[in-house]
Amino acid sequence: MQKTALHTLCIALEGELDHHNAPALRRKLDAALDRSRSGLILDFSRVTLMDSSGIGLLIGRYKRAKDRGGKLYVQNVSPHIDKLFRMSGLYSIIEKL
Amino acid sequence: MQTTDNYMELTFPAHSQNEAFARVCAAAFAARLDCTIDELTDIKTAISEAVTNAIVHAYPARSGKVLLRGSINGNTVRFEIQDFGCGIENIEQAMQPFFSTGNSAERSGMGFTVMQSFMDTVAVHSQPGQGTVVRLEKTILSQNTECLIHA
Repeated sequence: MQKTALHTLCIALEGELDHHNAPALRRKLDAALDRSRSGLILDFSRVTLMDSSGIGLLIGRYKRAKDRGGKLYVQNVSPHIDKLFRMSGLYSIIEKL
Repeated sequence: MQTTDNYMELTFPAHSQNEAFARVCAAAFAARLDCTIDELTDIKTAISEAVTNAIVHAYPARSGKVLLRGSINGNTVRFEIQDFGCGIENIEQAMQPFFSTGNSAERSGMGFTVMQSFMDTVAVHSQPGQGTVVRLEKTILSQNTECLIHA
């Protein structure tokens, strides 16, 4: 974890973001959101696969960040995951850095 | 009728840890068509969606099994993901983007939309009380080209 120039906590995700892995990740991200008032930057460099469970997880984290006055950002999204973001309209609520 | 070059069948309990197992098996089965990495990721993602649907929705009150079948004809790979659970009352509604039964937290309702984006055809057959079969098909067009480029 590191602080960026935006003073927003950046978390690097790793592995496959599916239904099985979502609950553990949700708990960790919610704990981080509770500590970071400005929101979170999620780095997708090392995410090898994401499906619609990941979309649901990100929508939930966006809502939680928004409730706390923060925002959700993503960076280093692969073309495959970028397609998921575009088809689901996630970029209208989550900013790509 | 086309002859089937190869086929596979896999049965596993509807447990979430089998989502990764199923998609890796499906990708390994399809890999003999010399798919690109992107095409394999498309297949893994679509299989993940169909298997997750079976695991999340098919067996609300009991444990059950999921059957994954694969076949290859020429350059086309087909998969069937079958469960023997509660079935889908309204398939048209279930396939609408953002539709979710809402029986569990944070479902995006994008599963079928993702399958349709990453595969050439998606067909769903369901019988309430009997179960659901999702048929996915993808023709691999890019045989060997990526290998040649990177050779």
